[in-house]
Amino acid sequence: MHLHEYQAKTLLAAHGVPVPQGRVADSADAAAAAADALGATGWVVKAQVHTGGRGKAGGVRRCASVAEVADAAQALIGTRLSTHQSGPAGLPVAQVLVEAATGVARELYLAALVDRAAGRVAFMASATGGMDIEAVAAESPERLLLTHVEPALGLLPWQARRLGYALGLDKAQVSALGGILQGLYQLLQGADATLVEINPLVLTEDGGLLALDAKVDLDDNALYRHADLAALRDPIQEDPRELAAATHQLSYIALDGDIGCMVNGAGLAMATMDLVQLHGGHPANFLDVGGGASAERVAEAFKLILSDGHVRAVLVNIFGGIVRCDLIAEGIIAAAREVALDVPLVVRLEGTRAAEGLALLADSGLALTTASSLTDAAQRAVAAAAGA
Amino acid sequence: MGVLVDADTRVICQGFTGRQGTFHSEQAIAYGTRLVGGVTPGKGGQRHLERPVFDTVHDAVDATGADATMIYVPAAFAADAIMEAADAGIRVIVCITEGIPVLDMLRVRAALDAGAAVLIGPNCPGIITPGACKIGIMPGAIHSRGRVGIVSRSGTLTYEAVHQTTAVGLGQSTCIGIGGDPIHGLDFIACLDLFEQDPQTDAVLLVGEIGGDDEERAAAHIAAHISKPVVAYIAGVTAPAGKRMGHAGAIVSGGAGTAEGKYRALTAAGVTTVRSPADMGAAVVAAVAA
Repeated sequence: MHLHEYQAKTLLAAHGVPVPQGRVADSADAAAAAADALGATGWVVKAQVHTGGRGKAGGVRRCASVAEVADAAQALIGTRLSTHQSGPAGLPVAQVLVEAATGVARELYLAALVDRAAGRVAFMASATGGMDIEAVAAESPERLLLTHVEPALGLLPWQARRLGYALGLDKAQVSALGGILQGLYQLLQGADATLVEINPLVLTEDGGLLALDAKVDLDDNALYRHADLAALRDPIQEDPRELAAATHQLSYIALDGDIGCMVNGAGLAMATMDLVQLHGGHPANFLDVGGGASAERVAEAFKLILSDGHVRAVLVNIFGGIVRCDLIAEGIIAAAREVALDVPLVVRLEGTRAAEGLALLADSGLALTTASSLTDAAQRAVAAAAGA
Repeated sequence: MGVLVDADTRVICQGFTGRQGTFHSEQAIAYGTRLVGGVTPGKGGQRHLERPVFDTVHDAVDATGADATMIYVPAAFAADAIMEAADAGIRVIVCITEGIPVLDMLRVRAALDAGAAVLIGPNCPGIITPGACKIGIMPGAIHSRGRVGIVSRSGTLTYEAVHQTTAVGLGQSTCIGIGGDPIHGLDFIACLDLFEQDPQTDAVLLVGEIGGDDEERAAAHIAAHISKPVVAYIAGVTAPAGKRMGHAGAIVSGGAGTAEGKYRALTAAGVTTVRSPADMGAAVVAAVAA
């Protein structure tokens, strides 16, 4: 789960990390009042959306007066911000963060994250802040500083010193960085975050350190023990179909093709999408109906797939293991009747009681095609979408 | 033969009396797995499925000599269950549970690094040596005793690989589902080494997916250390960047972890790769014959 910048900064501040003075606003008037209350001589108005690349997309505006703050907020709130990371559709801006402007001497990069290969929490830092850290990693990996934390020991003071001096900080700044690193580690541990990123961490003109931008990603699997953090979810930043899927324990991701896919198992679902493309088609979605696919869930899955107006054919690929194919077939038949399926349907059933399932489908009177193999299924679906 | 588990493996189930534990224990017993008991705290001394129930894994090991466990406890308690099994001296720990918090798994990883236990999973279908021992949720009937070692990050895609290798008449030595989570136990490299040493295994079928660099590291290892033929399929060529494809670990981030990158690494290592999941069986036949 992603958090907004202002939420991330609130968490960071609570863990002793210095952040700019700022207030969140949901209207031009509120933004002007926030600017007034901050009492600065310059401000930054930042669109709150779950994506990076906001600056280049016009989502971060510098303002020299309260009137300019109000104008910037007016221009952003209620629009959609499209960045190179968000895709062309963009994300809705419902709030802006109004902050006192900061005089910046240098920009650094700092993050704490779960390093899956090492199986440890890692701290990453770079003297090249502000830019895309993946670009730094690809182009000049020697500028990326890395240190791993032993879970039983926690982050040790020497690790902070080593990072700090490598970043070119002086003794007082290294000491301040040590506090920031401990704050990041405690936040990551305490909130079950998978990423806490400060980009940039700036050296201000008066020599202090300040988290100018912040990103926190939380582990969805751990939200059950953080009701306070789960409440920070902003559903308007998420795809409505993906949200609807989650409420039915389906895993759905919208793509831009025209062949709807319904599959049991995440790996097989990806493989089915790949197979569709290999045979010249374009998958409309990823959809895993899960191991215990019931008739009801199959029906919900059909509704989701068909809510995408681009879908011109549906491919069902089920490998029955613990799940019996005859029960899946009953679900397909009930669902196809309930949702008045009006695009071609290709079904491939394999595994436990597949023959019984296929017989049920054949006797149902539904206008569907059964496939004899994986390849046959993909080819039939591609042909059906092209001819529909 | 086969690897890690065989007809002599003495298996217990943690979460034995729960719905999932009961169902899959029944299936394991029906398959012929030597299931010697189970653990459910608070139900020690009872009997379930005609086998003893224990309060702790240590009690179960003392009484039954169990050397493998299958874990079906809820995600909030699964990390603790893994560490309990490791401390009790269990040799092969199979964790089926999906949705364990990643920081819990970091602690598990650190605890296991210090000992000799092998963890399979979590969020995996389990391990099966056909005709001898089934520990997990895979349908036993699609397997046949044979010559191909299968290692996979996915569940149903593993069944597809099994189905195809059964259909072409090769069968499987052992199938290991290493799981779809970012932090997991046994990796491709460890499985490849086990299959390399196993006289029953003639070839390895590796089924990978987007996310992380397990496949890339496996490719380097294959080039240097594996003499048996390896066939690989990678799922997720069409997956968009930045989206988690069902499995917690299946995500392309910052251009790393793509299917294309994994295919490149594997091909460069001399691995036979297939672009269609329907071609896995035929490719293994060709690799074994070559």
